[in-house]
Amino acid sequence: MWTFIHKLGSPRWFYAISARLQPWFWAAAALLLLVGSVWGLAFAPADYQQGNSFRIIYVHVPAAFLAQSIFVAMAVAGLIFMVWKIKVADMAAAMMAPLGAAMTFIALFSGAVWGMPTWGTWWMWDARLTSMLILLFLYFGVIALRGAFSSRDSASRAASVLAMVGVINIPIIKYSVDWWYTLHQPATFTVTSRPSMPMEMWLPLLIMLLGFYSFFIALTLMRTRSEILRRESTKRWVRDLAAEEA
Amino acid sequence: MPGTETPMTDTEAAMPFHREPRGGLMVALRATLKRDLVLLLRRRSEVLNPLVFFALVITLFPIGISPDPELLATIAPGLLWVAALLAALLSLDSLFRGDYDDGSLEQLLLTPQPLAALGLAKVAVHWLLTGLPLALMAPVLGIMLSLPAGSYGILALSLALGTASLSLIGAIGAALTVGLSRGGVLLSLLVLPLYIPVLIFGAGAVQAAILGDGVAAHLAILGALLAVTLMFAPWAIAASLRISING
Amino acid sequence: MPLRLQARELACERDDRRLFEDLDLDIRAGEIVRVEGPNGSGKTTLLKILSGQLADYRGELFWNGVPMRRVRGDFLASLLYLGHAPGIKAALTPLENLAWYQALADEPGDEAARLAALEGVGLAGFEDLPTGQLSAGQQRRVALARLDLTPRPLWVLDEPFTAIDRDGVAALEARLVAHARSGGCVLVTTHHELRATDELRRIRLGGGGDDARH
Repeated sequence: MWTFIHKLGSPRWFYAISARLQPWFWAAAALLLLVGSVWGLAFAPADYQQGNSFRIIYVHVPAAFLAQSIFVAMAVAGLIFMVWKIKVADMAAAMMAPLGAAMTFIALFSGAVWGMPTWGTWWMWDARLTSMLILLFLYFGVIALRGAFSSRDSASRAASVLAMVGVINIPIIKYSVDWWYTLHQPATFTVTSRPSMPMEMWLPLLIMLLGFYSFFIALTLMRTRSEILRRESTKRWVRDLAAEEA
Repeated sequence: MPGTETPMTDTEAAMPFHREPRGGLMVALRATLKRDLVLLLRRRSEVLNPLVFFALVITLFPIGISPDPELLATIAPGLLWVAALLAALLSLDSLFRGDYDDGSLEQLLLTPQPLAALGLAKVAVHWLLTGLPLALMAPVLGIMLSLPAGSYGILALSLALGTASLSLIGAIGAALTVGLSRGGVLLSLLVLPLYIPVLIFGAGAVQAAILGDGVAAHLAILGALLAVTLMFAPWAIAASLRISING
Repeated sequence: MPLRLQARELACERDDRRLFEDLDLDIRAGEIVRVEGPNGSGKTTLLKILSGQLADYRGELFWNGVPMRRVRGDFLASLLYLGHAPGIKAALTPLENLAWYQALADEPGDEAARLAALEGVGLAGFEDLPTGQLSAGQQRRVALARLDLTPRPLWVLDEPFTAIDRDGVAALEARLVAHARSGGCVLVTTHHELRATDELRRIRLGGGGDDARH
């Protein structure tokens, strides 16, 4: 088991394995996103209150899910890097951060776009949107901290610590923001927490969600692979690889 | 030639160099507390600057918004809390920087005592000379913002409790950025999002006191936040200091 | 007093730059080991690794034959490290600076010992001035006073001769030799040429082998 993990942790091995996994995730992402968006945008029934504007949840909800998952994944990768000194984990974490920030931004943007027809304003200090905004700042912090160090080894460790501190804080932030929101705006209409969504609505949502996750995995694999080549460019096996290609 | 023989025989291992522990951790802690207190009290401006900053920021709001006492009273709890939070943040950058620059931090890392505990002592001094004075000063500024009567005690208490968490969380950021030549703005970027829960419950406590609701729940949550940060922050501070010292 | 610091197949890579590798060291009581090498060859890094500050290396360290990880507390209690920066607070007096180090090192807080240590480095009469008012060399001497104040068998000194005048250099050199002769051990980097004595041994980093393999 341990030898397996360490083997997986070696950049060279990860590079080889991910080459085989990557196409599958790309294919799954393309298929799921295509089916999900066609189904969600064209065939799912319109909402009885919001009409067609609700269809933005097919982007908003998966992006919001992914934004939070990526932060957790980043912290887990940071932990793996700190405890077992597996460099691939750090490379993956470094590659995930901008992606997570982008997802958070998409969730915020789609939330604002959704807010216009629903609330009549682009921005409301809604609990979910506020949490998302704070999450975006947390991502900015991790990215900025990694960029601030001149030594990459230190940058990796500092970013890992911050990601772990952040991940402990995310639930606390989330609950306190929820609490703050209910205190200040009691019983307003919250868009995403509906008691029951008909099957025809949430099935495409589920498909979109899976599609987003596959896309994230595929993209992270791809970016981590190029990061491996960049960081290991002085290593023998990378040079052999380059010679083979040429 | 150490490579040829097997250097690690058990007979040698059986006699590790050993000293009788003396005063141990408590002596080191007390000395660190005393040293940092003396240092800060010798550079009094470093203690006073956050307080002046706090007063200044509070002055800006009536000027920027309106001198209307009623309006000010409604936003006073939040204003006081945000301004105090920023003032506490302002002083964080220097928390480890002096020790980093003159090499004391390296020495701190090399004592046999746990770094987390010594870091905690430094944070305690920071709170004592920043958070606590801010909390004591807040009621005075509250008067200037027409903060309704009956909430002054809670304002000071919530700030005293809250700034302790702020100092601890902020120290993680300070430890992470101490090796960077321009860590100040980055420090705010790292730390402010993590301050939000404390701000929510701190300002909420004052708000509740004004409305006449029970404040026990708010204070209890502030206490719980402090307990959680006390549990995690010292280790994060220690780990961050070790990273920074090798940057 | 058993005293043996060993490193086996020590290698350090910082940001993909290989500082050294396959370094075997065996440092025993009674030795002065001077780490040599051009700028950037990893002298300070090696000293930081050997003093337990840097965990980012490959290979193994042993303190008195036991893996370092298991006896870190014991090791740190036998170590005195002086880095590039003297670790002296400008706003505190030499006495106050030393008092903190005494407490950190778990030595009984004795003012007489502090005064004696300051006198030993030629700072009698300066003990109550803020250290910031002293010259760079005098500040360095305050740090060096710790050598006498907190007796430790293993000294790791990174450029201890910086800013010290000629008399001070001679005195410090004599102090290092005396420490080695009394069963201590010194690990030092310096640009200053140390007088060759029986105790002195060199380790060369960067560009070729090291004579640690003698």
